[in-house]
Amino acid sequence: MADKRLAERIPLLRQFTNLDALGLGESAWSRHTENLSARTAGADRVVGSICPYCGVGCGQEVFVKDGKILDIEGDYASPISRGCLCPKGAATTQLVTGTHRLQKVLYRPPYGKEWEEIPLERAMDLVAARVKKTRDETWEEEHQKGHPLRRTLGIAHLGGATLDNEENYLLKKLYTSMGMVQVENQARI
Amino acid sequence: MAATGFFTDTSVCIGCKACEVACKQWNQLPADGNFFSGRSYDNTLHLESTTWRHVAFVEQNRNLSGQTTAQPFSWLFLSDVCKHCRRAGCLEACPTGAIVRTEFESVYVQPDVCNGCGYCVVACPFGVINRRNDDGRAWKCTLCYDRQRQGMEPACAKTCPTDSIFFGPVDELRNRAEARLAELHRQGRQEAWLYGMTAEEQPGTEGLHAFFLLLHAPEAYNLPPSPVVPTKTIGTSWLAMGLAAAGMVAVTVAAVRHGGERT
Amino acid sequence: MAECHPVGFQWVMEAKRRGATIIHVDPRFTRTSAVADIHVPIRAGSDIAFLGAIVNHIIQNDRWFREYVVNYTNAAAIVSDDFLDTEDLDGLFSGWDEESGQYDPASWQYKGVEVTPAAGHREMFSGEPRSERGAMISAEEYDETLTNPKCVFQIVKRHFSRYTPEVVEEACGIPRELFSKVAEALCANSGRERTSAFCYAVGWTQHTVGVQYIRTAAIIQLLLGNIGRPGGGIMALRGHASIQGSTDIPTLYNMLPGYLPMPKASYDTDLKKYIEYNESASGWWSEFPKYIVSLLKAWYGDAATADNDWGYHYLPHISGDHSHMVTVSAMADGVVKGYFVIGENPAVGSMNTALQRKGMRQLEWLVVRDFAPTETAEFWRTAPEVKRGDVKPEEIGTEVFFFPCAAHTEKDGSFTNTQRLLQWHHKAVEPPGDCRSDLHFTFHLGRKLKALYQDSKAAKDRPILDLAWQYRTIGPHEEPDAEEVLAEINGYTLPDRKPLAAYTELEKDGSTACGCWIYSGCRKDGINQTARRKPESEQSWVAPEWGWAWPANRRLLYNRASADPDGKPWSERKRYIWWDEGERKWTGFDTPDFIATRPPDYRPGEGAKGIDTLSGIDPFIMQAEGKAWLYDPSGLLDGPLPTHYEPQESVLQNPLYGQQCNPARMEWVRRDNPYHKAWGDPRYPFIATTYRLTEHHTAGGMSRWLPWLNELQPEMFVEVSPELAGLRGLINGGWATVSTIRGEIEARVLVTERMRPLVMQGRIMHQVGLPYHWSWVGRSTGDAANELTAFIADPNVSIEESKAFSVQIVAGRRPEERRAAAAGPLAETELGDAGQRDLPPVQHKPVGRHGLRAGKTELTEEA
Repeated sequence: MADKRLAERIPLLRQFTNLDALGLGESAWSRHTENLSARTAGADRVVGSICPYCGVGCGQEVFVKDGKILDIEGDYASPISRGCLCPKGAATTQLVTGTHRLQKVLYRPPYGKEWEEIPLERAMDLVAARVKKTRDETWEEEHQKGHPLRRTLGIAHLGGATLDNEENYLLKKLYTSMGMVQVENQARI
Repeated sequence: MAATGFFTDTSVCIGCKACEVACKQWNQLPADGNFFSGRSYDNTLHLESTTWRHVAFVEQNRNLSGQTTAQPFSWLFLSDVCKHCRRAGCLEACPTGAIVRTEFESVYVQPDVCNGCGYCVVACPFGVINRRNDDGRAWKCTLCYDRQRQGMEPACAKTCPTDSIFFGPVDELRNRAEARLAELHRQGRQEAWLYGMTAEEQPGTEGLHAFFLLLHAPEAYNLPPSPVVPTKTIGTSWLAMGLAAAGMVAVTVAAVRHGGERT
Repeated sequence: MAECHPVGFQWVMEAKRRGATIIHVDPRFTRTSAVADIHVPIRAGSDIAFLGAIVNHIIQNDRWFREYVVNYTNAAAIVSDDFLDTEDLDGLFSGWDEESGQYDPASWQYKGVEVTPAAGHREMFSGEPRSERGAMISAEEYDETLTNPKCVFQIVKRHFSRYTPEVVEEACGIPRELFSKVAEALCANSGRERTSAFCYAVGWTQHTVGVQYIRTAAIIQLLLGNIGRPGGGIMALRGHASIQGSTDIPTLYNMLPGYLPMPKASYDTDLKKYIEYNESASGWWSEFPKYIVSLLKAWYGDAATADNDWGYHYLPHISGDHSHMVTVSAMADGVVKGYFVIGENPAVGSMNTALQRKGMRQLEWLVVRDFAPTETAEFWRTAPEVKRGDVKPEEIGTEVFFFPCAAHTEKDGSFTNTQRLLQWHHKAVEPPGDCRSDLHFTFHLGRKLKALYQDSKAAKDRPILDLAWQYRTIGPHEEPDAEEVLAEINGYTLPDRKPLAAYTELEKDGSTACGCWIYSGCRKDGINQTARRKPESEQSWVAPEWGWAWPANRRLLYNRASADPDGKPWSERKRYIWWDEGERKWTGFDTPDFIATRPPDYRPGEGAKGIDTLSGIDPFIMQAEGKAWLYDPSGLLDGPLPTHYEPQESVLQNPLYGQQCNPARMEWVRRDNPYHKAWGDPRYPFIATTYRLTEHHTAGGMSRWLPWLNELQPEMFVEVSPELAGLRGLINGGWATVSTIRGEIEARVLVTERMRPLVMQGRIMHQVGLPYHWSWVGRSTGDAANELTAFIADPNVSIEESKAFSVQIVAGRRPEERRAAAAGPLAETELGDAGQRDLPPVQHKPVGRHGLRAGKTELTEEA
């Protein structure tokens, strides 16, 4: 098949073998063009997901290769979205892989003028200590009339509408058990 | 293989621009920067080498048929894209063979071949194709050639929430478009019409593989009313050139003769 | 809807393709209007006048669905002889108590009976003997001819009789013919053969009378028979992936999971009283004890026993309103010391953002979790008042922690969408660097607190030590197993921990544990039902095998109403759930939202208790009497029927009543939160409304960092009509400064005929449109619309009014030394116009701590 290979390499010959008289079609294809394919075809896994923006709940498919996200697209199977995404949903890949995402904990001491990076574990310890201190200092066991309060008004929370149900559940369970009542989220807004 | 393309039905477009983003996402195109245009909700303004889908916003002081508003007003949207002309000016103008016709009959710029000469830019009657400032090469919609190779539909058509952008074999798209047009006309929406679907309707391109259902004149959407691919006129150009040359010869001969008489 | 929920809007377009009429009511002509059949431009803040006129149209023209209304609503119930309507009292209902500044709802009740509301404010029933409440429901007086002047139907008819097309023209700026066209389209498309749906979003909720907006729509839908039927209903379009979930499993102050109320100080002093106050003797809430006991078992495990009231005394008690604005005003006054802000950006997205930041400056510590530092995280560093030099970072003592969070692709978990559908997202990749899920943060914070308190003997620390917190962790980061948390939410038997299949399996004897009773069944048979992804093409049009909907995988609530009283579909075209006489059970396309084997002809006998009181024609099973409420005898703080009140800051005097504003509204009378005059404030002559754009998301944390979205809507702008532009010298593409007494912002001008001046009461009214996505951080910036808005709220739900307020607009950029009421020189409080907003009995509402002048019980004052 030496002739065939030769014919594939030389454009003019290709024009003849491909019946492409004007040389505007296949005979002009480069090797890159011949090998072109969708990058998602090489994904290791396709992971079922849900769009993180609004409350419609469109289905997403996350294409993963070598532990990295290749692409995020709508899921045709979803009876809600049938493969569609809006501009925000279509930008999800940029949301989750973008350079804007910070990867370190930032800390600003009281009266500080700049951020400092601190280790995650240390930050968690500091927050736990702050919670304990504030809780202990602001605890209200009972009302002066004698009925129970068992709470702190010293700590508050805002957020939850972008969180998972499981996250909200643990937050509510922990906060309530700590005696926090000022727990609120975007649903109030 | 059957030719594939887009039927873009502007009567159901909601101007959400999901197509613009899905296109940039799939093709990994950079944003063009933050520019507030003050032109309705259109801030990307036109197709570019890095913007292969563009939604036009047309505000007008008249109602569409069947539409009730307090004052006469309507807001039209159109998601514009490369038309993948059956007679493609860019393709015929390309001197390097970078622009090719694919097995899907779409028009594709091969980035590894393009040398950025720019002949294609002036050859497009729609102003679709352009060169990127950063790498100098010409870029435009590929009709998601890479996706089609895997049997996937283009990213814009997939993401479009209202099926304003419909992808498929061009023959089927024509049937769909005609049925949709008939339905709209049946509803009394006489302003609806098909732009560029056939060679008869648009001889200058011999018909588009990405054609549109419009609710207004093409100029309203910044589309040319009767686009003509420059190479389409190449025969008449040669003829005109021949005639011109012959004329010049005649004039020269006459001049020489006349001059001879004078001297 | 096309603007903010484009993919959901595909179904509207699908309906349109099949011949549906799409009506869009909005102050602006939006992308939804562009494809609607009818666009109705309305004055922001006047919707009850518009909707009330539809109610009137339906009744006056006899377009209501008699069989539905008589059987399925409370139309026939007789109301207390003491009830007086706004018709009688110039905009007030009976029961206004001058001293407390709130309504006593006793006179709103049915004659001779007191019922517990299915939702809303149950504490309004304080101080009365509980044990018989609801049990006497069969003693309720009815008039099924609906002619008794004291019956609900006649009261509704009389109440709305003044809501005429002329009033719509005068109050809403909507031409009469346009109104009639809408009302008629709605009526023509309702009945046995057809149904109509309402969709709304925060354009209805963010008002001082927001709950009553939605109530008015509910009255319309009930009169037309459009609830519980396919293609009907009222759809709240929610703006966040799990904002429904965060209401069901509430990160909200007044509820425990599954809409169980938080214990209230001085009432719910022990479990017995708590149950007594909150269970209903009839209807589904008679099951209440099972839900609270199972929740306590889920939270405190073996430490919850019958002897210690299942650990009820571990729960903190609320004393009045602890909602967002109440909390932030307390924060600004130094009461709150620590603040967690997780996936939210109040420095941009909340009302009166300068006051939000003032609150943050008084904190001892602030924790922010997000993708990148938001304006909330940066409030001490780059906020406008810091740049301006009004406050200096070295004077702000707040310690700030910013934690980078994991994305939804980096963790397992479920979102609950706007249709109550739980959908699982699977982890695809590891989170980068120190990014962690909020589940991780919460779990490890809890672990650390347990460790810090481990040696404590104090009673106050027992709940932390006894907290059931043993979740399996996965991987080197010790990520808690989200599905194990879901298993707890679903519930299990004790002690053998078998997953529950449904909330009907819950018990009140401690033999079941369940984290959220309405979610019980989401992990039926130990299978994660929320992760089901059976393609829509392989199942019925209801698609019951995609995800899981609460409760009991019901896709359409109150669907018993899709059949007639005899249990037959109202029409073949609209069949959904029906009684199968052969099988002696309810069946259909969905899970019946009814007791499956209760026949249509069942009627409760004398002395029936609990759910046995629900008859075969009581589709609204959460209601004590099984009927939908046209009129609310209890549960609302601002009246049993919707009434048109003007926004706190209006351009018009109330054209309907002497009472200008909702008398029960919550005001914050503070120098850092001043208000304009009630109407016609010459300094602020225009109406403003805020909104979102398709291309951005809320306060921008998930969109203003993305170049692909930013190029589509690159900066803050203000939308004005050509007429207003002409009046104020505004140039398209140029700059304008928009101001309220609380602050001022600059924005690019977009002159468009999509904004139309309205003609009302012979005057031309201009409206100004303000998207609220922007502020000073990110890759696309601009001033925040919420610098302009106020702390002012609906009394029922404490949601602010940001969809209608008055503003000034002038050409040009704002001065460098931008003014804000909450930073720099404080504005003078102006209450001199109290007489304009309220009738004399309402004028002297007490002002409590943090400036709150509330229309609801403010028990924080009892200290």
